[in-house]
Amino acid sequence: MYVAVKGGERAIDAAHAWLDRSRRGPVDQPVLDTAQIRDQMGLAVTRVMAEGSLYDPDLAALAIKQACGDLIEAIFLIRAYRTTLPRFGASIPIDTAAMRVKRRVSATFKDAPGGQILGPTFDYTHRLLDFRLMADGELPTEPLAEGDETEPAATPHVLSFLNRDGLIEDAAPDETPPADLTREPMELPADRALRLQALARGDEGFLLGLAYSTQRGYARNHAFVGELRIGMVAVEMDIPELGFAIEIGEIEVTECETVNQFKGSRSEPAQFTRGYGLTFGQTERKALAMALVDRALRWEELGEEDQGAPAQDQEFVLSHCDNIQATGFLEHIKLPHYVDFQAELELVRRLRAGLSDHEEDAA
Amino acid sequence: MSDQAYNFAYLDEDTKRMIRRAILKGIAVPGYQVPFASREMPMPYGWGTGGVQVTAAVMTPEDVLKVIDQGADDTTNAVSIRKFFQRTAGVATTERTSEATMIQTRHRIPETPLTSDQILVYQVPIPEPMRFLEPRETETRRIHALADYGLMQVRLYEDIARHGEIATSYAYPVEVAGRYVMDPSPIPKFDNPKLDDCPAIQLFGAGREQRIYALPPYTHVRSLDFEDHPFRATKADHACAICGSASSYLDEVITDDAGGRMFVCSDTDYCAQNAKGGA
Amino acid sequence: MSLLDASGGGICHKEEVHASSSLPKHLDSDSPLLSVRSVAKRYGARIGCKDISFDLWPGEVLGVVGESGSGKSTLLGCLSGQLRPDGGEVLFDTRDRGPVDTLRMSEPQRRHLARTDWAFVHQNPRDGLRMGVSAGGNVGERLMATGARHYGRIREAASDWLDRVEIDTGRIDDRPRQFSGGMQQRLQIARNLVSGPRLAFMDEPTGGLDVSVQARLLDLLRGLVRDMGLSAVLVTHDLAVVRLLADRLIVMKDGRVVETGLTDQVLDDPQHGYTQLLVSSVLQV
Repeated sequence: MYVAVKGGERAIDAAHAWLDRSRRGPVDQPVLDTAQIRDQMGLAVTRVMAEGSLYDPDLAALAIKQACGDLIEAIFLIRAYRTTLPRFGASIPIDTAAMRVKRRVSATFKDAPGGQILGPTFDYTHRLLDFRLMADGELPTEPLAEGDETEPAATPHVLSFLNRDGLIEDAAPDETPPADLTREPMELPADRALRLQALARGDEGFLLGLAYSTQRGYARNHAFVGELRIGMVAVEMDIPELGFAIEIGEIEVTECETVNQFKGSRSEPAQFTRGYGLTFGQTERKALAMALVDRALRWEELGEEDQGAPAQDQEFVLSHCDNIQATGFLEHIKLPHYVDFQAELELVRRLRAGLSDHEEDAA
Repeated sequence: MSDQAYNFAYLDEDTKRMIRRAILKGIAVPGYQVPFASREMPMPYGWGTGGVQVTAAVMTPEDVLKVIDQGADDTTNAVSIRKFFQRTAGVATTERTSEATMIQTRHRIPETPLTSDQILVYQVPIPEPMRFLEPRETETRRIHALADYGLMQVRLYEDIARHGEIATSYAYPVEVAGRYVMDPSPIPKFDNPKLDDCPAIQLFGAGREQRIYALPPYTHVRSLDFEDHPFRATKADHACAICGSASSYLDEVITDDAGGRMFVCSDTDYCAQNAKGGA
Repeated sequence: MSLLDASGGGICHKEEVHASSSLPKHLDSDSPLLSVRSVAKRYGARIGCKDISFDLWPGEVLGVVGESGSGKSTLLGCLSGQLRPDGGEVLFDTRDRGPVDTLRMSEPQRRHLARTDWAFVHQNPRDGLRMGVSAGGNVGERLMATGARHYGRIREAASDWLDRVEIDTGRIDDRPRQFSGGMQQRLQIARNLVSGPRLAFMDEPTGGLDVSVQARLLDLLRGLVRDMGLSAVLVTHDLAVVRLLADRLIVMKDGRVVETGLTDQVLDDPQHGYTQLLVSSVLQV
């Protein structure tokens, strides 16, 4: 007898209850607090904020907990929440030159005004499992050096020194309000502002792979890290009732400016070009990758050759960098496709039987 | 978060207005893909976000909603979407095609003929009928603008040259009102004739691809073909093992390890009504 | 330099056209098929081509020769709508509306022209063929793009054209990848000529082919041009090709026309110093 092969409400409820139980894990262990995730898994939290496009460490921690640590699932939860929030307006552009930096490195100059600040970094650590963390999680605390916590003076951008001499292309301020890809459908070809917006929320792994491909010769653009800086910046908003902008909060961002291969000709003096990356939180791999991909996508305006490289193809990059779009569509192939498959099955059977519509007609 | 934290049918009213504008434009230009600023939804892209946004944008508290996937009301994704609207909009739901004012569907058109007071909302994965012939959006837009559809006909020609017939069995391309070539979503080509001259409003939502398109009531929809290889709606050559219908689209069900199989209606409501003698 | 005086070659040709013409009656060859007026194209500071004017008469084949970089491919691109010139006019004698400046046509009109009354033969057949589509589909595309919807008749026309370009009709369902270079080029010609065009643009149609394959292709082209009363603008660096196919020649250097005249006249009695060098093969072309 035919039993329902089609799933139903009870099956879904049971599956979700199972998920809840497996998320909790053995009940003899203490439950994971979202404050612990927020404060002790900070880099996971900033990735979820960056790709979720919502700066809220508490919600990101909740999403990570709810997603059992699956960061793309967590990003998805944040995006779905973000989209329901009312939009009061836009801030004025943040001033990264006024950043309170906790990390700031330049690969192009040994020293620069403001100095090199390593900050909290995995760079130069030996990647050896530290079993002390497994034992008790407590490390011998060494007092932080004096002055490490705050860096009150504004640190000028390294690239501004190059710019003063005309050695690098000018990045003139543009007063055109950028398009908002969460409010208007993406229109291709996209301008640089829109491309950067898409890259900023793009998947870190995807951008990493693309950036890497440019380094390996698929649209190579000879990137130097002019400057990478991480720190807190003020967010200010114009309040129409007041007639001026006030600070409404602070966010942590990572900014990467690359100095790239120069352009020039007999008539135009040689100049370095720029790539740019800016992301929420401490997400420097992402910011670096974004800057390299940004630079690769600028080939047309800089009069470079189309090498047919993936990182040069803005339709390819922008259509595939969003991991929420990608994972949804990828995973939808788990949904039933009986009807389409049935149609294909009949077609293949008919073709195999040599009974095409055409021949039936003739017969 | 309580459900009171969300607006009626989840989306805020500004978003709904934006989507309704896109729908109205789609109805004004049948078959044309209208770009819209698709929102992130609490279900994944590819699982019906476009359909859900369209449904949410046109839904009123008095609506009676039916949701089907593969023709059935009890498939997992249909259950999930129906629950979503029960929870966020509190509207009445039904499994009866004839009682519904709005039907959201994935991959099928109900067997029971639709009426002029119904809206059928399709979930669309890839709205661009030319996509697998031409991957570039900038180029496909030009193709539609110039109605330069020779390439699609070449694809059908190649099918016949290779297989003796047009080897497209679902998502079979159609020409709408003599102008735009449109992807009817992955419905089996068996359902294509139901698109034509349909009294109901048919709306198509593609969330990930940010496109909405529409067929106003009684629009002429022609499946592409050749004069000497006319389009033909096909299905398994059986009758339903439950209701006995010989004219409805059938699912093939494997019944045992020895390869035994039976054929049953894909449209569960039609099958149940037919078995009762009511359809 | 005015090229209008050089139209004598076209007028001489007129009688031949009438003798073998399959053109509609109203298309009287009293008027040129293509009139080019002061076409210019720059690439930044560099001149692509400049001050190009000439008339092309029905049934006439015009050869454009010059060394590489002389602007001949730029000119062909400007005439055929693939490049946008900075100035000038390209008047084509359309079937329904008489002479129309194709540079000011709307995109749909130009596309329609490009797949009905015009042909474009690329040097590399890969640029002019759909490599993933069968030979029959390649030839049938123009017909389908202009409304043909009868599979049997499209196939018949494709088969007929394969035969005319000497491709075994048994290979109608093979893809061009499986063809030799010469066959691919003949297929590209069939794909273009199936719509019965009146004007063909050819860019080094025999380039990259072996000498024996070239000879066969030239022979075929000459026959087709004559049978169809086709007019053509033929760009090549190969003087042997123009001697066989072209009625009249334009010699280009640095984006400008330096000499023009009947093919035999230009090749046998070149007037301009550059042409003399070209003909005596002193220049590497």
